[in-house]
Amino acid sequence: MALRNEAPAQVATVAVFRHRTLADREDLLGRLMLAPAMAYVLLLVGAPLVLALLLSFSAATAGSLSFSWVGLRNFATIVSDPQFHSALSNTVLFTVVSQALVVILATAGAFVLDAAFVGRRLVRFLILLPWAAPVSLAAMAWTWIFDSTFSVINWTLKVAGVLHGWFYWFGDPTLAKIAIIAVHVWRTFPFATVIVLAGRASIPRDISEAAVIDGAGFWRKLFQVEMPLLLPIVTVAVLFGVVFTSTDLGIVYLLTRGGPYNSTHVLASLAFQRGILGADLGQGAAIALFLLPVLIVVAAAMLRLARRTEVGT
Amino acid sequence: MTARRALRIVRRAILYVAATAFTVFAVMPFYWMILTAFKTNQDLYVGATDLSHVPWIFNQRPTLEHVKLLLAHTPYLTWVENTVFIGALVVLLTLIAAVPAGYSLARLTGRWGERLGIGIFLTYLIPPTLLFIPFARVIAMLGLQNSVWALVLVYPTFTIPFCTWLMMGFFRSVPRDIEDQAMIDGYSRAAVIRKIVLPLAISGILTVVIFAFTLVMQDFVYALTFISSVGKMTVSLGVPVALVRGDVFYWGSLMAACLITSIPIAVVYNLFIDRFIAGLTAGALKG
Repeated sequence: MALRNEAPAQVATVAVFRHRTLADREDLLGRLMLAPAMAYVLLLVGAPLVLALLLSFSAATAGSLSFSWVGLRNFATIVSDPQFHSALSNTVLFTVVSQALVVILATAGAFVLDAAFVGRRLVRFLILLPWAAPVSLAAMAWTWIFDSTFSVINWTLKVAGVLHGWFYWFGDPTLAKIAIIAVHVWRTFPFATVIVLAGRASIPRDISEAAVIDGAGFWRKLFQVEMPLLLPIVTVAVLFGVVFTSTDLGIVYLLTRGGPYNSTHVLASLAFQRGILGADLGQGAAIALFLLPVLIVVAAAMLRLARRTEVGT
Repeated sequence: MTARRALRIVRRAILYVAATAFTVFAVMPFYWMILTAFKTNQDLYVGATDLSHVPWIFNQRPTLEHVKLLLAHTPYLTWVENTVFIGALVVLLTLIAAVPAGYSLARLTGRWGERLGIGIFLTYLIPPTLLFIPFARVIAMLGLQNSVWALVLVYPTFTIPFCTWLMMGFFRSVPRDIEDQAMIDGYSRAAVIRKIVLPLAISGILTVVIFAFTLVMQDFVYALTFISSVGKMTVSLGVPVALVRGDVFYWGSLMAACLITSIPIAVVYNLFIDRFIAGLTAGALKG
């Protein structure tokens, strides 16, 4: 204000002054534009997350709105529950096995899609279908494929002479687990493949060419030159895959409902069974919370990766 | 020389075999949907123990019976209607929140905006599995049990973070000079956004619309948790849980529903996925 009152308002000062008010208002505008999204995220992601924590320490049920603090009772109950143990180990098993397979398939798939051949675009489109289709509908198609009477897989294995008995896919715990893992692989490999593909495309061709000129063979080039360069991008693909598979409810729920004999439950499906179907919100919340460490590790890894790329460029 | 040629031919062959194997693995369930949706019941329900009956082909003329049944005698079209209604509202809410937020993070908030951008993206990773139980409580308190409005309220929790991040990447790719020049010419920031940035961002906004809608279609968990009447279900919930008569699945109509719903979504999604991947691998996580 003092500035404006000084009569010989120098042009420079005025310019600085105007610039400052504009900058201030931009900051305000920025906050204003960010507000709705932030409000939504804080109110409907942040608050429920806190509520999940609170519920896990309470005896809340779906029916009533009461809220009574029971301390660690829910955790004590589930930790001594064998079904929880099997859900926890299944979650780890399904995630680790399926993502290990996905890494191999995605690296190979990206290798294929990176080569020039007739129909490449069509192949890419078709490979992406499993990822793009709604997951519950895809799970229904697999339920039908694994049907105990009409399984086309059984028919094919029989005709090929590989299968002598009969596979009751969802009647046998081991087969049911294999089926679930297969569907997880089928669903997540397309996504990982396109991510790795994009990563491959960003590796400068000279590096591979230089390796060849220096006498590196195919495998040497693959493992000592290309793989290390691809590692960050493969990690991104795996981190996403881990989140999607470890937290998935739809596939297990629709394929086996946790059966046979509750042998294929994962944390998500057990939390749903206890928390929603059994109306014991407190216990359901406590079960689901065991996924939180996984998510924290994934988030930390993503941040590290992000910082590294930032430093790199 | 001939040895090298032979090697090249072998490599070519491996490439085609691998490409075929990947395609077959990916497409098989969709092929199975097509077969099931159009086979006659007589052709369909032959036990797999009958090795002389080949299930991989049409043994009888294809039929439209299952599709007719689906459209005329099941609530499928109601579910489509519900899904479109919910999807449209969610897309609208998402646009209102995510487009300005994306611009703000890209241009107006400076250094801490970058951090916040990464933070918002990470909230997208918080899965429904962790939130459906507290939401069950929230929805009960709001009296929205078994109402499509519960889904309208909840779906933006994943579409807004995802689309904000997508828009942020998009606005960053618009050259800053254009905006600076316009401001030197006397436009205010608001006018720059309205007259210059938004028209340039049309394709980004379209991407957001597509992704928000497909994310809505993908959800199964929230719909399963909140909706119990058949008439209020979405396609992704109704088809798997309500297309049964007693214990009997109508596999023909069921697969027809899966096919009719999945294919358009998959085609559209495919057209837009490059933008998502580009964001993921290039600038996005860098902030």
